[in-house]
Amino acid sequence: MSQRIPIKELTDSFRGRAVGALADDQLRTNFRVAMDSLMKKRADAFPDEDEREGLRELGNHIKARALSRLPDLLEQLEAKLTDNGVKVHWAETTEEANRIVHSIIEAKKGAQVVKGKSMVSEEMEMNDYLAERNIECLESDMGEYIVQLDGEKPSHIIMPAIHKNRFQVSKLFHDKLGVEETEDVNELIQIGRRTLRQKFLEADVGVSGVNFAIAETGTLLLVENEGNGRMSTTAPPVHIAVTGIEKVVENLRDVVPLLSLLTRSALGQPITTYVNMISGPRKADELDGPEEVHLVLLDNGRSGAFADAQLRQTLNCIRCGACMNHCPVYTRVGGHTYGEVYPGPIGKIITPHMVGLHKVPDHPSASSLCGACGEVCPVKIPIPEMLQRLRQENVKSPAEQPKVKDGGAKYSRKERAIWRFWARLNTSPVFYRLFLWGATRLRKLAPKNVGPWTENHSAPVPARRSLHDLAKAHLNQGDR
Amino acid sequence: MSARSNILNKLRAGLAGTTPRPDDFDEGLVTTPWQYAAEDRITRLRTLMEAVHTEVHQVTSAQWPAKVQELLESRGLGNLLYAPGTGHGRQLAVHWQRSCAKVQLMVYDRPIEEWKDELFWKVDASITGTVGGIAATGSLVLWPDRHEPRLMSLLPPLHIALLKASKVEDNLYGMMQKHNWSAGLPTNLLLVSGPSKTADIEQVLAYGAHGPKELVVLILEDA
Ligand code: SF4
Repeated sequence: MSQRIPIKELTDSFRGRAVGALADDQLRTNFRVAMDSLMKKRADAFPDEDEREGLRELGNHIKARALSRLPDLLEQLEAKLTDNGVKVHWAETTEEANRIVHSIIEAKKGAQVVKGKSMVSEEMEMNDYLAERNIECLESDMGEYIVQLDGEKPSHIIMPAIHKNRFQVSKLFHDKLGVEETEDVNELIQIGRRTLRQKFLEADVGVSGVNFAIAETGTLLLVENEGNGRMSTTAPPVHIAVTGIEKVVENLRDVVPLLSLLTRSALGQPITTYVNMISGPRKADELDGPEEVHLVLLDNGRSGAFADAQLRQTLNCIRCGACMNHCPVYTRVGGHTYGEVYPGPIGKIITPHMVGLHKVPDHPSASSLCGACGEVCPVKIPIPEMLQRLRQENVKSPAEQPKVKDGGAKYSRKERAIWRFWARLNTSPVFYRLFLWGATRLRKLAPKNVGPWTENHSAPVPARRSLHDLAKAHLNQGDR
Repeated sequence: MSARSNILNKLRAGLAGTTPRPDDFDEGLVTTPWQYAAEDRITRLRTLMEAVHTEVHQVTSAQWPAKVQELLESRGLGNLLYAPGTGHGRQLAVHWQRSCAKVQLMVYDRPIEEWKDELFWKVDASITGTVGGIAATGSLVLWPDRHEPRLMSLLPPLHIALLKASKVEDNLYGMMQKHNWSAGLPTNLLLVSGPSKTADIEQVLAYGAHGPKELVVLILEDA
């Protein structure tokens, strides 16, 4: 491990946080155990390889088809939802989305909001935005609730509190809620249930995400196990769903394979406890359900990814989390190291479009390109290919007009010059031999310190005789 | 320019010169692996639901109200939320009267706003119908309406669901097609596949997160 780089100075960067995370044994154990179990569950849920591959192919085609007609489908969705009595809003930026959400709450004079799990609302940092305006916004997914109570952010998109163990949760509940410490997970969950049920009752507005938005019927589909999603979308008088523009699918039947891929890939479950399909607010003769339902469609960089046919595939994602569960880097450094809303492989390929490469310059390269993510992705996003493309965009010069937000963040003239030299060296035989001649004779002068490499390895020293040389000698011997 | 037109214009620019991908949905992929012989269908549903802590009983269409009474009494529960405007609700009420059952029957007959506190904290159990079941995933299909509103199957700690054996389909796709869902969905359609649960702490499974702690399914044989 690096001794020369003070960790503190680097905690603003992926590298710095990774150094800290790697030294945290508890964190590493928590992740290792959880990821091993999630990988096994997924494998068990797909016992038949042909079935799995057929379904992944279909999932990929459904998403690709939806994206190939995205603007039309969004308009169709809007029209259907409007017919059903749902109000649709559009936001280009997270700031705009927050303003929309806030104005809906304000119009109702709302002071308390409960939230079902929504990664898009994390993108928006909605909790903070509303808190600054004196609106309490409480997470109601158990994992999210725990994380919020501790002033943290989720470390996994499906299992937000996966970095904590029961003892840490027990201590947290004791400190924040004044309850007795207990190591019984059931008891901890019951504490959460009681606390949050009162909040569901009091809430003026419920906020949720969306797993699939169905254009054909104007339906918002949400999956969950806890029931907090149903609570948030049913009990308060107003429901606001926030989602990215890529979540729309064409037909109701399209969700059948996607749903199966999602729950099996994410948790190894044949289906989640609840599949909640919302097609409108309370009707005149109904006795519950929100009186108002709103959908906020957020862009936040997605149209930037969409503009490029290759990078567009990033938008296939159905947020199952399988790529992070199978990622050797994620498992070792944990979700917080990524420093952004979406961690792991999907985070590495989507975040640059949202916040720009300047903010996450290490994202495309924080991968060994082992390919596990692409292999498990239920909608067949070629994640390693996306990473390679982002690496190229990351080092483009301004003249080369990078295609990704803040592309060229890692462009360096010096590096470019070195590569040009390297290419020349290897493509010109004369130059190459000359270099070889020099390197083998001046080997003692090779630098002892070659940057990060020598932090963990001994410095490379050229051999006394080159491979060329040895091969020549060997062949001459054979001739005799 | 509005956010809406900006977004749509950007997306349209990205698609310039392309044609939409064909619809090559292959229904075999979502039906063939999930087909069951008539006699296996209920077994499959039962096995899957029991694996996630659902209590399942097979009873006759005549006997089920007595089973409900027994379930409630054995748990020592005080009340049951039911829907008197439905066929099963009437059958239950008749049985309750005849057997002088002690468990108090409650009715969801006013808007939630008028009795939120009571509904959230004081109801012990509820009984609702279902429009069917799905064998492939072990799921119930709930179609809430005025008689059995959405929260009726969510708030009480015990939810009892009635499922007619003849209404169990092989898979979700079959269910959708048979009942032509795409032609009209209710405001809130639900698939329920067990009692509420969470694995958010150390991936340890705990039941009764926010919804029912217990789900009991009574499968009604039509004979
Ligand atoms: S990129 Fe693929 S594997 Fe990763 S979360 Fe999205 S759908 Fe799942």
